[in-house]
Amino acid sequence: MPKLKLEDLARMREEARRATVLREGAGRVKVIVHMGTCGIAAGGRKIMEAVLREVEERSLQDVLVTTSGCAGLCSREPMATVEVVGAAPVKYVDLTETKVKAIFAEHIVGGKIAEPYALAVGSERTH
Amino acid sequence: MAYRMHVMVCAGTGCVSNRSLEVRDALKRELIKRGLENEIQLVTTGCNGFCGVGPLMVVHPDGVFYQQLTAKEIPHLVEEHFLKGRPVQKLMYVPPEAPAPVPKMSDIPFFSRQRLVVLRNRGLIDPEKIEEYIARDGYTALVKALTEMTPEQIIAEIKTAGLRGRGGAGFTTGVKWEKVRNAQGEPKYLICNGDEGDPGAFMDRSIFESDPHAVIEGMVIGAKAMGVRHGVVYIRNEYPLAVQRILIAIDQAREYGLLGENILGTGLDFDVSVCRGAGAFVCGEETALISSVEGRPGDPRARPPYPAEHGLWGKPTCINNVETWANVSPIINHGANWYREIGTETSKGTKVFSLVGKINNTGLVEVPMGISLRELIYDIGGGIPGGKKFKAVQTGGPSGGCIPAGFMDEPLVYETREQKRAVAEHLDLPIDYESLTHVGSMMGSGGMVVMDEDTCMVDVARYFLSFTQDESCGACTPCREGTKLMLDILTKITDGHGTMEDLTALEEIAWIVKQTSLCGLGKTAPNPVLTTLRYFRDEYLAHIEAHKCPAHVCRELNTYRIDPATCVERGHGCGVCKRECPEKAIFGEKNQPHRIDATLCGKCGVCVDVCHFNAVIVE
Repeated sequence: MPKLKLEDLARMREEARRATVLREGAGRVKVIVHMGTCGIAAGGRKIMEAVLREVEERSLQDVLVTTSGCAGLCSREPMATVEVVGAAPVKYVDLTETKVKAIFAEHIVGGKIAEPYALAVGSERTH
Repeated sequence: MAYRMHVMVCAGTGCVSNRSLEVRDALKRELIKRGLENEIQLVTTGCNGFCGVGPLMVVHPDGVFYQQLTAKEIPHLVEEHFLKGRPVQKLMYVPPEAPAPVPKMSDIPFFSRQRLVVLRNRGLIDPEKIEEYIARDGYTALVKALTEMTPEQIIAEIKTAGLRGRGGAGFTTGVKWEKVRNAQGEPKYLICNGDEGDPGAFMDRSIFESDPHAVIEGMVIGAKAMGVRHGVVYIRNEYPLAVQRILIAIDQAREYGLLGENILGTGLDFDVSVCRGAGAFVCGEETALISSVEGRPGDPRARPPYPAEHGLWGKPTCINNVETWANVSPIINHGANWYREIGTETSKGTKVFSLVGKINNTGLVEVPMGISLRELIYDIGGGIPGGKKFKAVQTGGPSGGCIPAGFMDEPLVYETREQKRAVAEHLDLPIDYESLTHVGSMMGSGGMVVMDEDTCMVDVARYFLSFTQDESCGACTPCREGTKLMLDILTKITDGHGTMEDLTALEEIAWIVKQTSLCGLGKTAPNPVLTTLRYFRDEYLAHIEAHKCPAHVCRELNTYRIDPATCVERGHGCGVCKRECPEKAIFGEKNQPHRIDATLCGKCGVCVDVCHFNAVIVE
């Protein structure tokens, strides 16, 4: 390894930001890919890969990606919920890799909900 | 493809000896089997702190804490949580007397009540990867100190922050640095004291194992401040993992040019070497340590002169504890005023404590100075297991004292110079004399051994004396002869042959050893005796006058007897004790109450262990 210069330290810190954000759970956006049995059967794993590719290709530092179980609407899987800090969660349904790309461009980066692909805004009441 | 999840598996010594590496290997296998190895990053970290429930792991970004893991639970865990996003409840932590598991680490009181400064990176980085240290603002303090600050400014910052030596003496670090800077003699040296000999203490070990770069960064900053070109990291040989990690860290720092010649192009030359201890407790004492580094036996010498003027190879040397060094970079990064906001008026910052013994949440905690014992033991420690009563907490290892329940609400702070001066003037003794009347004078390096009603305080004093007596280097008569005499008397008392004259002699010898020993080992060896005599005198008297051990620990003083009613009604005179008794001291027939012949009884306690019905009573 070559000896570091001052700029190198700063650059290394920037590059590793994503890991730090992830370990502190401090992202701006959280994408939850639903991976219940229905989700997996409908192709959720491929959707997960597409999501992660988008994060990588766009070099996004503040997006967390996690999974959760079946959201309840099995017939519309694969599904993903996008939670932007400070806004209500948005459920996207009938996903394909193309739609994932669009959702990243319009909603996650662009800030506008990709309405044609969204089922609902907000979560169901739990009481 | 980017990782979406980081799984932090603890590989501190505690967890490793509980097979956490098997858990890690099972995880690695399962992730590959499920095709998840490009989505989920497996990170092996240093000590997480909650040692009592290891092997453990933390899943990010969820923040879910899993504990007491074994390799065979891993496939289920990976499928349920990592793939399907359903955290596994039965592997989570359940606080004592709580109805349900607490999934998130940040909600578990053991963690949430801590304030991490020294341990800021614990469990969050792989300690064998310098890049991860850098990612969490590592070496930014070094850059600031080397490029924006003068040596005088660095020393002023450390002084203003009020950092005090964490090895136990609590001397103001900034003042020590200033002395070394102003001392005459070249070359000067820095030493990191990682000998950590106190039984039950593992604060320094954890720092080395989870964040070795924190120590290195502190030392480089110190080198700039004091004009030093060479440092020594002294680690006890009984810490192989710590040695391994600091060696890796030093290598990586050197490769990146953060150690060595012309660091980061700033013109500072500084490098460190590692020196391993050879098994002597006395080498934690600074002058004995220096002697050991010089290749001589660990013999302490009288002070003054202090190492700051006359240290390694006779040159000015700054020797600080591991935890003290690890405090330096946060202070430089965030400023002295930030540091001053933590802690109390006279004791700034945080302290790392190892909570062990009769406590529910065994582990390593970092808390602001000034916290009370009550909060430490009950809110963070989760209280005493089995609902037993708290009796005392033994602090500071063999150099510390036994603190009774009466001090529960006193703040844990270092003694102030005013307090010390008051005691010293009153007793006509030197200023660095430890009064043992304030909690702070007994706090020591941070080991906290909690004791309950089943602990015999006389036996505790005897245990620590057997340790210090064994470790005494033998150079000075008070320590060499005095510790042996104290140990003999204590053994006599726990054997049931102690007299009141012995007690008087014990106390007198203790004071003499304390006042006249050459070094800190001898000066503090009597502390367990003196504090137990002061706060638990009734137990000594019970041993001597009543020939009884209130905690039933000292077997020679126990009487064993079988309760006839229990033996017959519940046990039906089963005869198991009679069969197992090595002295053949138990008599009785089936369905009849059994009895122990006290003249034959060897007081081994086997009958208590084997009786299924708790019919044997110890008095």
